[in-house]
Amino acid sequence: MTIPLITTSRWGIEDGHTLEGYLRTGGYQGLHRALEMSPEEVHEEVKQASLLGRGGAGFPAGIKWGFLPPDVWPRYLVVNGDESEPGTYKDRLLIERDPHQLIEGCVITCYALGLSQCFLYVRGEMAHGQERVAQALNEAYIKGYVGKNILGTEFSVDVILHWGAGAYIVGEETALIESLEGNRGMPRLKPPYFPASIGLYGKPTIVNNVETLSNIPWIVEHGGEAFAKIGAEQSTGTRIFAVSGHVKTPGVFEVEFGTTTFRDLIMGEQYAGGIRDGNSLKAFIPGGASAPWFYEEHLDIPLEKSVVDNAGSMLGSGAIVVMDDTTDIVKACHNVVRFFSRESCGKCTPCREGTNWLEKILDRILNGYGRLEDIDLLLDVCDNISPGISWPPKQTTICPLGPSAVSPIASALERYRSEFEAYISLSVDATPVVLTGGAHE
Amino acid sequence: MSRLNEENLRIARQIISAYPKKKSALIPLLHLAQEQNGLVTNEAMTHIAELVDVTPAEVLGTCSFYEMFKRHPVGEYQINICHGISCHLLGAEDVLEHAESSLGVKEGEITQDGKFSFEGVECIAACTEAPCLQVNYRYINKVNADEFDQLIDDLRNETKTEIPKHGTLANTRQKIPANKAAGPAQVEESSRPIWLKRNKEE
Repeated sequence: MTIPLITTSRWGIEDGHTLEGYLRTGGYQGLHRALEMSPEEVHEEVKQASLLGRGGAGFPAGIKWGFLPPDVWPRYLVVNGDESEPGTYKDRLLIERDPHQLIEGCVITCYALGLSQCFLYVRGEMAHGQERVAQALNEAYIKGYVGKNILGTEFSVDVILHWGAGAYIVGEETALIESLEGNRGMPRLKPPYFPASIGLYGKPTIVNNVETLSNIPWIVEHGGEAFAKIGAEQSTGTRIFAVSGHVKTPGVFEVEFGTTTFRDLIMGEQYAGGIRDGNSLKAFIPGGASAPWFYEEHLDIPLEKSVVDNAGSMLGSGAIVVMDDTTDIVKACHNVVRFFSRESCGKCTPCREGTNWLEKILDRILNGYGRLEDIDLLLDVCDNISPGISWPPKQTTICPLGPSAVSPIASALERYRSEFEAYISLSVDATPVVLTGGAHE
Repeated sequence: MSRLNEENLRIARQIISAYPKKKSALIPLLHLAQEQNGLVTNEAMTHIAELVDVTPAEVLGTCSFYEMFKRHPVGEYQINICHGISCHLLGAEDVLEHAESSLGVKEGEITQDGKFSFEGVECIAACTEAPCLQVNYRYINKVNADEFDQLIDDLRNETKTEIPKHGTLANTRQKIPANKAAGPAQVEESSRPIWLKRNKEE
């Protein structure tokens, strides 16, 4: 069976981002169809599709939608377009190349769930994406696909383009809501702040990722059953993966969810084309910087959520970062840890302090001042952030950012401890180096 | 003169009117102020505080949390060199080193002519195009030393006109025609949306 392109079908079409190009290629058919159905029927189609959220956590969207408390109004839709997980590169393309598909997904979702306003939060650094969405919204408003009395019905909803301003943590759904309320993007404690019950302005709110919503028009047009036939039983449809790093042809690929393997994607000629320069694979990150690393023996694992979870990592945001045998593992590990240290919002002590110290200890090792006990010290700090250093991680923090910084260290030390020891063995050991500072800057 | 000017004040009021609560407009208004002045000034933050009914300290609190808002001058062209993991693997550090020697300034400093500043930034979602950078949030993909120097020359000679001055976020704004607006969903509006009611009755 040939797999249809569900979310990326217009990426190769020059004017696919315009209303004209979108309509010519079957756009807004899902909305027409949805408006012929009752809102409950639309919700039912999405449930049948078993569409897993594409943002990172992989929770089924139809079930998430069902968490809205009955008869509490108004309800809001917040679109998470704050893509910033290192290695992740799909939402920006969906925003830039097919903004109408995303808008259509938003409007259908609002119709199905009785959401009275939609906020499309686009990462601030994506200036071009914002222009494309603004242009698409302006066209859609004029033609009545968004706004008052959509396509001549009683259904009315505004979709408001909102700009982010640079903060990875805002990709966490409660931080996203804080940011949308004009505050610092610091996550809220769950419970009680599950967005579906207490979200934007304290009202029930659905937060969905850009890719998740971009699947909705196809699902409603073709039916949830047709969608569920694609992919594996528990990982349905297609998914977009970005393969970057030391591969011959890095790229962003839409593949059948749950059946394609890492080997297909990384080594396949039609995908990333294998490791560059005839080198061999050293490690790869299977699902964004937060995910524990995989190695050669994991290549034949299918891209299916439950299988990857059981193997000790996650598909996360669909970001595969490949490292060949020329990679300095200590530097790579430092790079990822530095990211989490910089992006810690500072709300929870284990993360604010812990990520900072992890970065400083790794700095010390790289700069030739490492001590043999630093390896245990790293693991001790990791254990304070995420007790037991297990997967899935236990948390001492409100959100998963802190434990995410533990993944690269646990992974790198498990397989390549000798590289850390090699740095330390070359250290100038004469004078003890006092680490200074610790507070988040 | 760094409060919002008349034209931007009009835009600011439009932005505010789209939200059920005024404070939600805070980040978009900070962008607007930065677009006007190239940075976010204290006067602009005070003005924004008046517009959204919060204290200037609250505006500063939000402003200082987000990377994109600059409260100190940066170059006319702010160059953000990605040093996320994918770019790191493909030579981001070399690009950063080259930028420093080529521009003759350190990270965070501005060249004497006021034209350029640069810094290393976290992943900017162009991982398959590594190593990459942004100039005033416009992408330059797979950049090497020669291309970096060419880019600087082009910007200095103003032949790369597609890159606007620092602060300009998007050249297109959302415009909702008055007769097409559904209007903000007020928090106090506690009745079931009309399209659900109709379906319920059927």
